[in-house]
Amino acid sequence: MLEIKNLHASIDGKDILKGINLTVKAGEVHAIMGPNGSGKSTLAQVLAGREEYEVTEGEVLFNGKNLLEMAPEDRAREGVFLAFQYPIEIPGVSNVNLLKTALNEIRKYRNEEPLDSMDFLNMIKSKMSLVDMPNDLMQRSVNEGFSGGEKKRNEIFQMAVLNPALGILDETDSGLDIDALRIVANGVTKLRSPENAFVVVTHYQRLLNYIVPDYVHVLFNGRIIKSGDKSLALELEEKGYDWVKEHITEFVGQ
Amino acid sequence: MDKHKELKELFNKGFTSLENRLNGGTKGELHTYRKDALKRFNELRFPTIKDEEWKYTNISPVIAKYFKPSADSAVIADAKGVDRFFINRNDFIHLVFVNGRFSDELSFGWKETEGFTVTNLKTAIKDKPEIVSGYIGKNAVIEDNIFTALSSAFIEDGTFIYVNKNTVVEKPVHIFYVTNSNEEIMNAPRNLFIAGANSQIKVIESYEALSSAAYFTNVVTEIFLEEGAVVEHIKIQDEALGAYHIARTEVSQKKASNYLSYNVDFGGSIVRNNLHTRFDESGAENNLRGLYLTSGSQLVDNHTRIDHAMPHCLSHELYKGVLNDSSRAVFNGKVMVRKDAQKTNAFQENKNLLLSEDALVNTKPQLEIFADDVKCTHGATVGQLSKDSLFYLKSRGFSHDTAMRVLIYAFASDVVHAIDIPEIRDYLEKKIAEKLATGLEN
Ligand SMILES: Nc1ncnc2c1ncn2[C@@H]1O[C@H](COP(=O)(O)OP(=O)(O)OP(=O)(O)O)[C@@H](O)[C@H]1O
Ligand SMILES: [Mg+2]
Repeated sequence: MLEIKNLHASIDGKDILKGINLTVKAGEVHAIMGPNGSGKSTLAQVLAGREEYEVTEGEVLFNGKNLLEMAPEDRAREGVFLAFQYPIEIPGVSNVNLLKTALNEIRKYRNEEPLDSMDFLNMIKSKMSLVDMPNDLMQRSVNEGFSGGEKKRNEIFQMAVLNPALGILDETDSGLDIDALRIVANGVTKLRSPENAFVVVTHYQRLLNYIVPDYVHVLFNGRIIKSGDKSLALELEEKGYDWVKEHITEFVGQ
Repeated sequence: MDKHKELKELFNKGFTSLENRLNGGTKGELHTYRKDALKRFNELRFPTIKDEEWKYTNISPVIAKYFKPSADSAVIADAKGVDRFFINRNDFIHLVFVNGRFSDELSFGWKETEGFTVTNLKTAIKDKPEIVSGYIGKNAVIEDNIFTALSSAFIEDGTFIYVNKNTVVEKPVHIFYVTNSNEEIMNAPRNLFIAGANSQIKVIESYEALSSAAYFTNVVTEIFLEEGAVVEHIKIQDEALGAYHIARTEVSQKKASNYLSYNVDFGGSIVRNNLHTRFDESGAENNLRGLYLTSGSQLVDNHTRIDHAMPHCLSHELYKGVLNDSSRAVFNGKVMVRKDAQKTNAFQENKNLLLSEDALVNTKPQLEIFADDVKCTHGATVGQLSKDSLFYLKSRGFSHDTAMRVLIYAFASDVVHAIDIPEIRDYLEKKIAEKLATGLEN
């Protein structure tokens, strides 16, 4: 589904991603871990099409299409969804409105009829129960005045509604209390199917108890320096990044 | 001969024919007021950008024309098609003026009923000359403003509202000033709204056009709120794009009264609104909200002045603008807190969104505070849409245009959300969306 080959990206002339290689197949969950500032959000934003980042080298294929050539909205319409690490507040635009417009733009792109109001509302209701989304948050302006945890929950709720092929979750777990973490993570697990895939950026192993990854990658200084299965996350939690840093000297030395 | 002299001659000639037409009407106090106003008009000069108050608004295109006083023109006031502007035909009181002339036929629901009078000013001048003379010119003085002097010299018609004390007028009063003229005319309507003690009224003042020739609206509105009165006043300026619109609204407020103003500008080539309020007694409040959406080469200038002359009053002001193309806007918000006006609360904000590099806004909050125990804030912003918000919406599948439109609409429509006449709010929201949709097509 997603093939990232030797991806280099910079912002304001500063190189952040320095050769990322990653292949994600349908049905898989990939966790990306790594210290602060290592480039995890940069990778997520570059995949979603944030224009401020300049891709200096490499390519990204999404279902065989050149993702980097697409406008951000077309990536969304092709099925890429980014749950933001820091969701944006949009005063004056209600959550319901955002979703309705987004859905219909996506449907239009796929030559589908707009959803009628009843179908839309029914669908929204079922997705709300999936992540236990309070009703009043629906009518409020997008993320405006939401608590940190509510914003994160809202991201996952939006993802549930838009039903993307590839969900990229950038630290969705941080800011969630223990119960919310369980609810949101179980919601994601329910969304898993053989047709879709998830890239989950996190600092904590506890999320991965719920969303069990097929692969775990360690991103350090703009490169994936180690990949493994879910046990790598446990190992990291135990040994910390110092252990990885030892590894990197080895890696760079190669 | 200089243009100013020429115009004076033109208007003085117009005044003579007004007097001829009035025949019997030249005896009363009101006509003395007209004559004083004409005299003052002859003494004053038209402002230029050298005048501080007109620094950013060059009105030379207005005086370059030869606008005839509309009542003096030969144009028949054709009211056909005016009803397309009606928003709620059944439940509002309608007063319709075409080219400054009252249309009996199209106006309805207006009358003198128990507790209040809603009528055209001409009728009021005939039926209640002492009340009219008792209020006219008291809030909007002719001394300092050539446009007020000019408008006052040609007072013939307009809207007169008098609400007795303790009376609540349930139906909103919707006034239409419609221009339908191929001649270059000046409309000089005069509005007089008097809200008695503890009375309540909602008034909508709409400016519309059926024709596209240049014309000039020069309106003066005087509003008097007695103790405890509540007035909601919505002014919708949707003149033809080639029109000039100069409006002066003067409001005086007695104890514990509440004035709520919505001032929305869509049309006009050069627009200047002066909205001045004065607290004459303590415990009163007002809320002034404004929105200007400009495109092409429009210029919209809002000058507001809130005079906190008395203690314990509250004023809230929010003006927002969205500017496209090479349009320009001016916001000048003066808040005066006089020496005795302790415990004043005054909040002012002006926010502008520039959609084009050629658009320009001059914003200037002016706080003059002479009391010490007050709470006043003000702020002005001029900016573009946030990149983060745009990207967020696009990452959800919004096209660039849709994302822009949704964000701009949210920014702008915020000003009218609190209007409590649902039909008017819906109308304005739709109109805002339309103007933004056409204004963005480039
Ligand atoms: N506009 C910018 N100009 C310069 N440097 C930037 C800019 N934006 C991001 N960076 C830098 O890029 C690096 C990678 O940032 P990124 O947000 O991708 O890290 P991260 O791995 O997501 O970290 P965290 O775990 O703290 O979320 C950081 O060092 C950051 O300071
Ligand atoms: Mg990050």
